Amino acid sequence: MTADAPLLTARDLSKTYGTTRALDGVSLDVRAGEILAVMGPSGSGKSTLMHCLAGIVRPDSGELRYRGRDLTAASDAERSALRRGEFGFVFQFGQLVPELTCLENVALPLRMEGVRRKEAERRAAYWLERLDVAGVAGKRPGQASGGQGQRVAIARALVTEPSVVFADEPTGALDTLNGEMVMRLLTECAEQSRTAVVLVTHEPAVAAYSHREVVVRDGRIRTSAGSAR
Amino acid sequence: MSLSHTLLALLERGPRHGYDLKQEFDAQFGQDRPLHYGQVYATLARLLKNGLVEVDAVEHGGGPERKRYAVTAAGVTDVEGWLSRPESPELYLHSTLYTKVVLALLTGRDAAAVLDVQRAAHLDLMRTLTRRKTRGDLADALICDHAIFHLEADLRWLELTSARLDRLAEEVRS
Repeated sequence: MTADAPLLTARDLSKTYGTTRALDGVSLDVRAGEILAVMGPSGSGKSTLMHCLAGIVRPDSGELRYRGRDLTAASDAERSALRRGEFGFVFQFGQLVPELTCLENVALPLRMEGVRRKEAERRAAYWLERLDVAGVAGKRPGQASGGQGQRVAIARALVTEPSVVFADEPTGALDTLNGEMVMRLLTECAEQSRTAVVLVTHEPAVAAYSHREVVVRDGRIRTSAGSAR
Repeated sequence: MSLSHTLLALLERGPRHGYDLKQEFDAQFGQDRPLHYGQVYATLARLLKNGLVEVDAVEHGGGPERKRYAVTAAGVTDVEGWLSRPESPELYLHSTLYTKVVLALLTGRDAAAVLDVQRAAHLDLMRTLTRRKTRGDLADALICDHAIFHLEADLRWLELTSARLDRLAEEVRS
């Protein structure tokens, strides 16, 4: 695979839930280091598309490749391993483990990979520092503000140095100023480490942090536009 | 923006030459469009005629004489009145885009494509402004934010119109 080959290649993905066609023949590439916004109204299929790309949901038909490897044919265990090692996730409401401290939350993906506690926490502390939330390291998520919690969640997504971060409405629960700070830090860190970001959002101000956007409507991609970087 | 009022308000901070006024205007407000000297001197001449500024001093050097201008009491009153009057919120009722969408529907063209192309153009500008905002100072960031929020309003309209195209088509064709 060449340096410019896409990390993720989706071809003609379709997914139906009951009688609802959530994805209807979607094709899309995600390249290393690019920040791609997936936009569209509620129920358009953008979250289903993200879940398919991340290997969480198996499409009914179509082809999905990660670094050339066929993910549609991969076993559940293989796809789980891929998600742990290669992908990072940021959700709308942080989804941190409430019983653990923020530092332990960030260290968790590394611990699950078998990294020793001391090393995992050293690396977690580094990412909390990068995200400017070192101050909440010893606190539980419930003791941090919404904006801080979301930055902890980003640190957790980046701590394994993934190739792709999937962010689903990462600023949906934040006010304008906190949302802006979260987007700025997420995109800065991703650009510095050449991590691709698939950013699912219905907010144009959030999509404006991307390099390009695709718009999903009724399970199909409407248009692919955006300036070259 | 009212250039007369802006210059008057800048003069309230102390008498200045036209050259200094232009420099100060550009530093505060000229991010994208610096003033031309001609605009400054033409505006000052009008303000002088209306008694809102006066010539405070004239310097005779080797070249042409340089006038220093000061705001008058009437000028200060004028600025006060301007600052205390709200700007009329603009009614964006005559949207070119709306016209384009309706015409596309009436002529059997793809109206959704008109909206898609516009959305991409709006997002591109938002992207440029967002990048500029992260690199500039606070003043520049606030100017960018103002533009970004207006673009965002347009984008919301584009989304809503996209979702209502079928109904709109029925109405305009009936």
